[in-house]
Amino acid sequence: MSNTEAMDVRVEERDGAVLVVPTGDVDLHSSPTMRERLRKAAAGKPLRLIVDLSAVPYMDSSGVATLIEAMQISRRQQTLLVLCGLQDRVRSMFQIAKLEQVFRIVPTADEAMKA
Amino acid sequence: MLSQPRYLSSARAAASAFARQAGFDEHASGHVALAVDEALCNVLKHGYDRREDQPIWMDLSPLIEHQAVVGIRIVIEDEAKQAPLETIRSRALEEIRPGGLGVHIMREVMDSVEFEHREGNVGMRLVMIRRLPSAGSRVKYGANQNGSAAAAQPGQEGHKAAST
Repeated sequence: MSNTEAMDVRVEERDGAVLVVPTGDVDLHSSPTMRERLRKAAAGKPLRLIVDLSAVPYMDSSGVATLIEAMQISRRQQTLLVLCGLQDRVRSMFQIAKLEQVFRIVPTADEAMKA
Repeated sequence: MLSQPRYLSSARAAASAFARQAGFDEHASGHVALAVDEALCNVLKHGYDRREDQPIWMDLSPLIEHQAVVGIRIVIEDEAKQAPLETIRSRALEEIRPGGLGVHIMREVMDSVEFEHREGNVGMRLVMIRRLPSAGSRVKYGANQNGSAAAAQPGQEGHKAAST
């Protein structure tokens, strides 16, 4: 399996927003797949880019780095990036990395549509 | 293990299971697994420059004092180039950019993180210790009670400057 096949990432459009839904652990093996999907999703310059992490039980710093990169791209093109559905271990990672205040984080995808 | 990212999940699982057996709860065991993951990622990215045919050894052992298990000791060794020890540190946390967090994360979730040069001018050795709460661990809820223990200065992480 190559890095670009290391995880499933669903991308869908919803009411003008783009919703990215990765499934599985995000680590150095799988984060290139998420990075590629996020870049493609952001390339259309949507008004809102939502990353639903409810199906991600684990994330390491490579996953966090991927989300920081997506945030930087989003800011440059005035896309609003919203994270939602963080499980406890993933939220803990954001706390350890002192990034909870850097991202816009809400509980659910529905709330992300209104954030 | 070989220096391939696909083996990270197995290494995390082994570290987490060992921590559970040593008496850590699920939350703390998850943090031990995270520290192992970050340590191995440093070796893969910076030590071996993502070459996937290189060896890495991981040793998990109970930390024993007065004939009682008081925590776990994890030793990770490689045959990568040796980085000056003073350059192994986290980036400044307020500098929001991808990469450079691995050492900070390890220091936040473990009681002790020590990098050494292996004998013979080749390879690094990382020794990490996490004590049980009953044995005086200073790690609480995934963050050190006294705040960040990592050197909050721009610099290098792992074997060389981290940029991924």
